Amino acid sequence: MMDPSMGLEPVAALDAAALRGDFPILHQQINGHPLVYLDNGATTQKPASVIDAMAEFYHHDNANVHRGVHRLSQRASDRFDSAREQARSLINAASTAEVIFTRGTTEAINLVAQSYGRSSVKSTDEILVSAMEHHANIVPWQLLCDETGATLRVAPMNDAGELLVDAFTELLSERTRIVALTHVSNALGTVNPVREFARLAHAAGAVVVVDGAQSVAHGPVDVQQLECDFFACSGHKLYGPTGIGVLYGREALLEDMPPWQGGGDMIRTVSFEGSTWNTLPYKFEAGTPHVAGAVGLSAAIEYLTGIGLDAIAAHERALLDYATEKANSQAGMRIIGTASDKAAIVSFELEGIHPHDVGTILDSAGVAIRTGHHCAMPVMQFFGVPATARASFGLYNTTDDVDALFGAIGEAQALFA
Amino acid sequence: MDELRQLYQEVIFDHNRSPRNFGRLEHPTHQAEGINPLCGDALTVYLVLDKDDRIETVCFEGQGCAISTASASLMTETLKGVSLAEADAYFDAFHALATGAAVPTTGLELSKLEVLSGVQEYPARVKCATLAWHAVHSALHNRGTKVTTE
Repeated sequence: MMDPSMGLEPVAALDAAALRGDFPILHQQINGHPLVYLDNGATTQKPASVIDAMAEFYHHDNANVHRGVHRLSQRASDRFDSAREQARSLINAASTAEVIFTRGTTEAINLVAQSYGRSSVKSTDEILVSAMEHHANIVPWQLLCDETGATLRVAPMNDAGELLVDAFTELLSERTRIVALTHVSNALGTVNPVREFARLAHAAGAVVVVDGAQSVAHGPVDVQQLECDFFACSGHKLYGPTGIGVLYGREALLEDMPPWQGGGDMIRTVSFEGSTWNTLPYKFEAGTPHVAGAVGLSAAIEYLTGIGLDAIAAHERALLDYATEKANSQAGMRIIGTASDKAAIVSFELEGIHPHDVGTILDSAGVAIRTGHHCAMPVMQFFGVPATARASFGLYNTTDDVDALFGAIGEAQALFA
Repeated sequence: MDELRQLYQEVIFDHNRSPRNFGRLEHPTHQAEGINPLCGDALTVYLVLDKDDRIETVCFEGQGCAISTASASLMTETLKGVSLAEADAYFDAFHALATGAAVPTTGLELSKLEVLSGVQEYPARVKCATLAWHAVHSALHNRGTKVTTE
């Protein structure tokens, strides 16, 4: 997946069965069956190296950052700073000034909407989102539209779940201030050609905000190659802890943006007459950050890059192909989301069985999937379904997991026959 | 599979496939919508109360999983002809039955509803089973406010 110009080098195969040993949580029984975890789109499990790094930080190095002269504060600050460098390197931002720690993707998008949006969007402006966005890339823009009087426009997709370039181009105009687009759809698996859309958006004078929650852990991501202005992602979806995420922003834009939240760490000077702001990225990081979360994120990135994101992408591509082939020959099963470029996400429905029932029956066989609207209610409305069942794969999944999934799907169909 | 059969009993499949009292009522005296936003279940219950405040007619329409559909169907069979006070007692009893709490001894006829007691082993599914009941409760007491089980 991702940019076709990348990954041309032969990729060393990934030994998922061996990597499973790195994830303590996977080694348990659910309802008498080995756990088959296929809910990686919701959150990924954590390797022992991440869990240990966070525990070790609290055991030995914990202190507040950028404040004290004492040894622990220095150590904590060093670890926090090196986590930022790890995150920069993962997405190839030009500098760590462009890497802001947030609570996650949602907070990162809200930061852009509230800081960039409120300071630059006027009532005559338009914000363009795609029809396949997660609620986190819709609602912050609706709030911004409510505040500014701007108009939200929606770029349509086809029945495969692919955005329509012509329709997108037609919606762009000099009124378009922001284009907010997901890199990979969490509900459909579609991989959007972000660079192509970013170039169109830039030609119209808009800035491009990319929701990268579902992409960063599943293949190489280079924000400079994507040519986006902002890119948001979450630690917990890349095998790291919850409560930490990253907002990438182009430095020139971030420099001009007003602070979002006020407090400690984001200021240079404070007096009752007024305050001045700290430099990037600290201007956007008010208050004590999630230091242990950053340490865990750093360990997760180290783990992922150690395996190689090209190898992970190739592995998951093989799993997707295997699962898609099985799905296509499974009577009564329909895949929702059949884009030509897809991440390893298989959203589906089974004829005559509500997704919620599918979820319970699969769980009884130890297979964990997500059921529901996947925080993408407009996507469900577009496909005319109340909900879907979704299997989403990660680096530790194997073809055995896919077989277990389809075994359980067969059981569900037998039960409801 | 055996545990699953405790949840998905034949009666539930029967009511899921052919829900009783399913459809829209044109002139209800009471109605309310119940939604479970997490799983996309949405149903509307319609009631007609007679002059003595007995439930003369109760029906529902909407879409949901097997548990919520079967529960709504069984509920309509249970509530037809009962008084408001009895409907409240059934609501409390069913809630207890679905959550594994002590079911109040009331002399209500609960045997039909007991097929749904299997949900108590599946905490995430309790709200499927209780959705229609919450909607009826809202229709009778809050004059049809939309209820949600999230």
